[in-house]
Order: sequence, then C-alpha cells, then structure tokens
Amino acid sequence: MSSSVPSPETDKSRKYDRQIRLWGDHGQSLLENSQICLVNANALGTEILKGLVLPGIGSFTIIDHNLVTDEDIGCNFFLEPSSLGQSRAKHCTKFLQELNPDVNGESIDDNIDTIIANNPEFFKNFSVVVSCGLNEKSLIKLSNLLWELNIPFMSCQSVGFLGSARIQMKEHCVIETHPDNKHQDLRLEEAFQTLEEHVSNIKLGPKVPWLIILYKNLEVYRKKHDRKIPNTYKEKSELRDIIRSSMTADEENFEEAIRSVNSSFGGGKVNSEVQKILNDSCCINLNKNSSPFWIMARGLKDFIEKDGKGYLPLPGTIPDMTADTSLYINLQNIYRAKAIQDADAVFRRVQQLLKELNKSSDWISEKDVRLFCREAAYISVTRGSKISDEYEKGSKTSMISDELENPDSLISHYVVLRAMERFQTEHGYIPGEVNVETDPARIKSLATRLVNDWGISSQLNDDLFHEICRYGGAEIHSISSFLGGCCAHEIIKLVTRQYKPFDNTIIYDGIKSQSETFKF
Amino acid sequence: MAEIELNNKKWGHLKKILERSGPFDTVNFTPSPSNLEFLMTSCKILVIGAGGLGCELLKDLAMMGFKNIDVIDMDTIELSNLNRQFLFRRKDIGASKAQVAAEFINNRIPGTKVTPHFCKIQDYDDSFYQDFHIIVSGLDSIVARRWINGMLISMLRYEDDGSLDQTSIIPLIDGGTEGFKGNARVILPGMTACIDCTLDLFPPQISYPLCTIANTPRLPEHCIEYVKIIQWDKENPFKCALDGDDPEHVTWVYEKAQDRANCFNITGLSYRLVQGVLKHIIPAVSSTNSVIAAVCATEVFKIATSCYEPLNNYLVFNDIDGIYTYKYEAEKKSDCLACSSIPKVISINNPSSMTLQDLIDYLCDSSEFQLKNPALTTSIDGKNKTLYMSAVKSIEEQTRGNLTQSLHELNLVDGQQLMVADATNPNTIVVKLKFTANEVEIFFVTGAQAKHLNSEEASPQNVIDGLQKQPTQTIFFKTYPVRRMKPLNSFGGYKRNFKPSELDISDDAINEIEKRFDDYGHLRFGKRGGGEGDGFDDYGHMRFGR
Ligand SMILES: [Zn+2]
Repeated sequence: MSSSVPSPETDKSRKYDRQIRLWGDHGQSLLENSQICLVNANALGTEILKGLVLPGIGSFTIIDHNLVTDEDIGCNFFLEPSSLGQSRAKHCTKFLQELNPDVNGESIDDNIDTIIANNPEFFKNFSVVVSCGLNEKSLIKLSNLLWELNIPFMSCQSVGFLGSARIQMKEHCVIETHPDNKHQDLRLEEAFQTLEEHVSNIKLGPKVPWLIILYKNLEVYRKKHDRKIPNTYKEKSELRDIIRSSMTADEENFEEAIRSVNSSFGGGKVNSEVQKILNDSCCINLNKNSSPFWIMARGLKDFIEKDGKGYLPLPGTIPDMTADTSLYINLQNIYRAKAIQDADAVFRRVQQLLKELNKSSDWISEKDVRLFCREAAYISVTRGSKISDEYEKGSKTSMISDELENPDSLISHYVVLRAMERFQTEHGYIPGEVNVETDPARIKSLATRLVNDWGISSQLNDDLFHEICRYGGAEIHSISSFLGGCCAHEIIKLVTRQYKPFDNTIIYDGIKSQSETFKF
Repeated sequence: MAEIELNNKKWGHLKKILERSGPFDTVNFTPSPSNLEFLMTSCKILVIGAGGLGCELLKDLAMMGFKNIDVIDMDTIELSNLNRQFLFRRKDIGASKAQVAAEFINNRIPGTKVTPHFCKIQDYDDSFYQDFHIIVSGLDSIVARRWINGMLISMLRYEDDGSLDQTSIIPLIDGGTEGFKGNARVILPGMTACIDCTLDLFPPQISYPLCTIANTPRLPEHCIEYVKIIQWDKENPFKCALDGDDPEHVTWVYEKAQDRANCFNITGLSYRLVQGVLKHIIPAVSSTNSVIAAVCATEVFKIATSCYEPLNNYLVFNDIDGIYTYKYEAEKKSDCLACSSIPKVISINNPSSMTLQDLIDYLCDSSEFQLKNPALTTSIDGKNKTLYMSAVKSIEEQTRGNLTQSLHELNLVDGQQLMVADATNPNTIVVKLKFTANEVEIFFVTGAQAKHLNSEEASPQNVIDGLQKQPTQTIFFKTYPVRRMKPLNSFGGYKRNFKPSELDISDDAINEIEKRFDDYGHLRFGKRGGGEGDGFDDYGHMRFGR
C-alpha cells in the first residue's frame, strides 16, 4: 500500500465513511458543528453521549454535581473503580472524550438549579440539551428556560426495565426526510413538452426504456377513455393488455412496463401533509424572522399555484430500466433538465421573496432550492409542546384516558413513570429504594390522584406499581443502552435536520421488548 | 474473589432485579443472591463478532454481571470502524478486533474474563461450542450465521422416544443491523424458527446482468462493475487481485470507471460509490448497533436468569421516521434446510434437459436455498458418487464434466436423494429430487383457504369429489417449470406457461372435469388474484372446456 496516491478522501471522511453514506457530507458538517449539553451523567446519559461522540459532534458539556457511587460504577461504562467518590461529570467526560479526539468535552460540577438561576444564558449556545432522570422541579424550570431560548430539549429516564424519552421543541422543519418508499414522480399523466416531443420521435422496440413504452400506451388508453387515467384494477388491467399487444417480441422492457403500471401514476400531486405546510401561516405570512425553510416553502407554494399548474416541481430522477444506454441517458437528461427548469423557477421566486424581506440574495443558494424542490413531496414540519405544560396543566388527557382502556398500550407505563417522579417530589426518595412492602400502595394512590387531576377515573392496574417499586430506581445497563442509542439518533436527526424525529414521547418496556410513541 | 465481587456494592442495581420478585417474573424465577452468583461464576457466554454489535454486546454483558465471556472474530481493526466500534482507538488499527476488545473490557471492568479468539468460527468444532450456555451473534455475514445455526442444530440430542433433550439446547441470540434498521431474534434450536427457517428474509444481493455491464451501461455502478469484472483482469495494472482496501487499486478503478462513464455520458460516479461497490459496503452508525445489541443483551440476561419471558421471537427496529419496533413470532418451517429432518424437495420439470449446472445454479439463486458453493454427492446402485465438488481441485477436475450432463444422463431418478455440503452449514443437508415433468399441481381455494393436493391426490376423481362437496370453489392448476421458478414473485413467474394446452393432464381427466363442470356453467382455471394471463376473464379465471 502506498499513501502517495492522490485520493479524494480525507482522514475524517474515511473514519466517518459508513455514516456519511447515510446523512451525507452536509449532514456530517452540521453534526461536527453541534454542541450538546447533558444534564446528569448516569448510564443513560453517557450512552447517549457515546452515540454522539463516536459519529463526531463538535463538543459536549456535562452538568452533574454528583459524586461517583459504587452503583454508578456498576452500571455506567464510562467510569471505573478508581472514579469512586470523585466528580461524576469530570470522570465521565474523560472517558467519553477518549472515544474520539475530534470531539471536545467539558464538565461542570454545579447543580443544574444553580445554573438555571444564576446563569440562564449559559444554555443559549447549545444545539440540543438532554437531561436524564431529572427531578420534576428542575425539569419544569429547565423546560421553561429552553422553550424561551428556543433550544431543542430532550428529557429521558431509565428505570429498571422501563424507560421514556420526550422531545420538546417549538418547531422542527425537515427537507430530507429520507422516506423508505419514495413514490415515483414520472409525470406521465401531465407530460411536459420536452418529454412529449422526445417520446414522439421514438419507435417502440426492444431497447426502449419502459417509461416510454408505458407513456405511449397510456396515450392509446386515454384516447379510448376520454383522457382518463386508469385507476381501478380493471382499468389498469386493460392498460396492461394494451401494452402486451404492442409488444414486438418477448422483451424484458415491455414486461417492466407492464409491472410498472401500478406504481407509475399519481406523482407530483401535493399530499395533505405538504398542503398543510403550504397553508401554514408561517408560509403565507413571511417576515424578517422567517427561516430559509419557510421562504423556500413559500416559493414552492407560489410555483405550484402559478408555473406548476397545481403540480410540484419535478424531482427529475428516474429509476433504472432495461434499455439501450443512449436512449436511457437521453431520457434521464430530459427529466433532469425539466427538474432544473422547475427549480430555477422556484429559485427566482425565492430571490424575489428575499428582496421583499430585505435579505441578502445569497442567503438561500440555488443548491438549497434544488434540494428543496427534489424533496418537495416529502418535506415535514413538526410542532412541539412544552414539557412544563404537560406537568403543570396536563396535556392530551382524553388520549391518555382512551389509551388506558387498551391493555396493550404502554400509556400505563407513562402514568407509572410520572407517578414515580411525583413520589420523589413528595416523599424525597425513590419508590422501592428501601421499602418494597408499603411503597406500591403509596405510589398507586399518587398515580390515582395524578390521573384524577387530569379528569380520568380509570382503574389503574397494580402490577406496574409493584414492578416499579421492585426496581427502587435501579438503572439496568442494557435498557439504558437501548434508550441511549435511540436518543442519540434522535439528537442526530435534530442536529442534521434529516429524517423525522419521534413526536414527541417514546415509552420503552424491556420486559415485553416493546416501544410506543405518544404525542403530548 | 468471587465472594467479594458478589458483595460489591456496585451490583446493587442488578440485585434489585435478581433478589426481589415482581408480577412479571417467569414461573422459573426465584429471587436469590444465587442468581447473580450464577452469572458471575458459572454462566459462559460466547459472543460471535467483535465489530459494531460485538463491541456493544461485550460492554452490555459485562455491565449486566456476566463474567465469563468468550469472543470470536477473524477481522482486524480498520479506520472506518472507529465511528461505532468504540473499544478501538486509532493506535489499534491493524490489530485483532477480538483481542483488543477483550483487553479493553477486562481493564475497564475488573473481574471480567473476556477470552478472545482471533479466528474463524469454522476453525472450531462442537467440542468448543458445547461449553457455552448461550451464544450471541452480531455478524455481517449470512453464511456465518447459517453455519453457527447449523452447528447448534447438529449438537441437539434426542431421547429414545424421539423427544428433544432440553439440556442439549444452546439458545442463539442473533442481531443484525443495516443503516437505521436492525433486527434481533431469539432462537431455541430445534424448538423455534432458526436462521434457515426464515431465509427468505434476507434480501437478494444486487447483481447486474453481464450484458448490461458490457454493452448497455446506464448507471455509474455498471461502469464500476465493468472495470472490476472485465477491465481489471484484462489490464492487470498491479499484477495482483483487486483489493478494495488498497487506495491505489480503488483510485485506478475510479479513474477507469470515470472514463467509461464519460464515454457513455453517465453521471453520478464518485470515489465513495466506487469503494461502496467494490467492498459491498453497508452503511452503519453507532446508534443502531447500540439499540440492537442492547435488545440482544437484555434477552441473554432474561434467559440466563429466567427473570422475564424472553422475546418470542423476532424484533424489527427502524428509526428512519420516529422510532419503530415491531415483534412477531417467526414460524419454524417443517421442511427447513437446517432444522428439519424432512429432506427438502426440489421439483424438476424436465430432467432430460436440466443439467447439473442448472441444478447448482438453482441451489445458489433460489431464495429457499441460497447456497454458496454446493458440493453434491449421491448414491447410485448402492455406490456413493460425487456429482460435483469445487473445493478440492483434483475432484473438481474429475467431476467438471458432469456439469453439462442432464440429470437423466447422470442416472438420477425421481425421488433421488442428494447429499449437499456447503459453506452455509457445517453438516451435510439432504435434498430430494422430484421429477414433475408435465405434472400439474392442483389446489382448491375456498375463500382464503387453499387446499393443496399432491400429485397422487390430484386424480380426476379427487378433483371431482372435491367439487361435489364445494361447488363454488375455484381450482388452480399450476405447472412447475423449475427453471422459471422464482419463489419470490411466486405467481408472476410462470404466467407464460399458463395455457391449458400445456397442462398435460390426461385427456380422461380433462374430459371428466369438463363433464362435471358443464353442470355448473364453466370451469375456471387461473391464478390467485391474477388477471394478466392471455385470455383470462376479468377475474383472472380462464373459461375452460366450453
Ligand atoms: Zn429451521
């Protein structure tokens, strides 16, 4: 092996190769510029940071005033026996930092309440703040503060074989959601002029891409049927028969065209989720604080209503198909050219909007707009709610009430975890920490009071109260590791602005190996 | 030492689970300090693979009280491992994964005895594997998974009455990840679905037809494959085999592939893509590995301590859109290649035109077998005969001539049993040939229920009897031309052969059925949910005999 060969790779791009294949260089660069704050370095906290330090966030800060106990060493991998009695923040930072020299780690020994009270500005430079097993009072204070500062916040806990995580953020806009099954947008129903011209010059034969075969036969079908698009099974069967009868020989490309009848129509329409974004007041009423996402969304809306005649800009990608190279490449180029033309139209609208908003014209680049247009069918906006409201006012109580009637729902776990927090607030210790006999009844009465406050009269099952008291606050490493992986990934989603995060609470039951998402 | 460790306050968390009882415990669980003592002194766990999942598994198990852990991995550490294989540092590049991982865990968690094995799983026999209570695998290779699965099945013992000796079962917990997706499963060999029972879950590897690569490339991948398969051998630039880890090689392929792409106006080629195609790179991130390894370790803990019921038996994880988990019970297949004693039947349409090579191709390509390099032997007139074996050069040369011979020419008969040895299983598997030349398979469908008739049952009389009982049911006739049989697109694969004239049922049978059906108006031949065949009616059924 020789290292003198010029390779386009840097050392970093080789180290992070396996993940850059997922979120791209632009995602990696956002990750590398992110700053994450962890409150409480228990096993769950360090497992979350592990999942962030390895892929290479910019820096992390641990806030933890606790001293390392024996039990900490027993469940937290980022401590060792010699850490006993010393600063948990400092020791976890040291061992976490060893994972990746590209990442800066800092530790703060202060109590979180002190920082919230004396230095609330401290949090404003973080990309995300995450807390583990924080007590109710501090949680509510931190939740309010971060909501004000508009910094995404994740609160999570791991108790015995149960766990939960909750994301709090005002708004999260994603352009690249990377859906598993993208619907092809070929625009055969509303063919653009260049495609129409191109197709009319091609005779069907063995080397012709199926897309052209499908298009020509669709036209035959539509002539017979009042320009309608085959929709039902029977209609699609008829189109398949038409294709079959146009077959010149037993050719793979015709077979592909027949197989594609089902999945090739309907692209380019605005689905309800996108329509909701376009109708959002943030999209309609742009102002000087509008983010690039909303300005591009507005450009998209205007495009659809005017240039696009109700259709999205063309994404411009076509699937691979059996064909002669030049016939395929020509077709690909026609789609690409149209996509660029559409994106340019959106870009011009965006430029105009920037001008009206008195913003610099290079604030949103052509490249940004092209990406936005390519992903237009899948953009997503999530709006969140404040954790402190959930704790102080109760939220989604009718959903909780309904779910409590469903024996398979994990909502009862949510109630138990909430009751456990309340128990700590009221009694000053963790249920089951010392007394396994009487605590189940005490936590159950707290839980009953909690749901009664929400206006719910459901009977609560005893089992989970006994089980949570058995745990006595024990943290089980593999459960924390599961949640740590999940939470780390959600933070990566928030930071890279790719993929959709859960919205907004996840409950995990390691006994049944089951998870469920609830929106509060 | 063990005594002191057992009373160490650091295990306080685990003791709450192991020394207290709860409403979700299994009936076999008794809260007691001996539970932790068992984990620490007696219980032996084998971790297969010290990569992304393996590093996590070692950490998780050691933090869950397991002390005696062996880890086996033949790989050495690379730079691109460091974004997730967190027991390795830059200075460790080139060293054995198993050794570095073991040393790290033993240092970080004193009292843990991780024993590394820097070798292949195939280097050990059953005497090694039988020492373990539970085996956990975090592998990226389907072949290795199937091999260890076959090994554990071959180690099962049966009582005289044929019942399984429960003490011979070594549970296998298997995890796998790809990007943001993963799965974890619990296998009780001989009892629950094994790896081979669910072979069809593995996606077929993407391969491009050679004619596309050579003549009509359209994608950058086609250009890379061309350089890899054709140009490299032709030009032999470094006088050696292509090595996807050598930057000089990758750069050469990249440049040549770029030339070819330019020549065909193909865009989108990148250095990263070249590496990905050359090394079959699967994207990987730390978080998915943490999650899947954690599920596996939790299951090991449940099984080792009986505290809770283990996962039954398959969990799917995906965090592309939110976080999604789904569990279900994968079914044990009655004719599984690995865990069933019933030989798998291969139906052969035309033994006089099907060659041994065709048969081998089928064994490699079909989703039911997915073999790698099958060696076939059989018994003819009481004598063992090697039909083909590629692994031993002299035997390969002796048997190569058989590849072009038809099954008839090789004197293979209907019902012939073949012994198949392959990298996917440490044991020989038996397959049975069934010559169904021009035979028809018939099944009755009433609502969602299908009654399948074998060739003997499918006599005209039986068909008629069945129809008398249930006049409304539809009959499906299905021919089995083996070479076109693609199990994945089951009914779609043989529509061209679907013409009544090709259904070589005896004239008598047709007459009988036809007669019978006149009373009811018409007889329907067709496919389930069909509608694509020539001459079928709107419902995908063919009018017949009128
Ligand atoms: Zn099986």
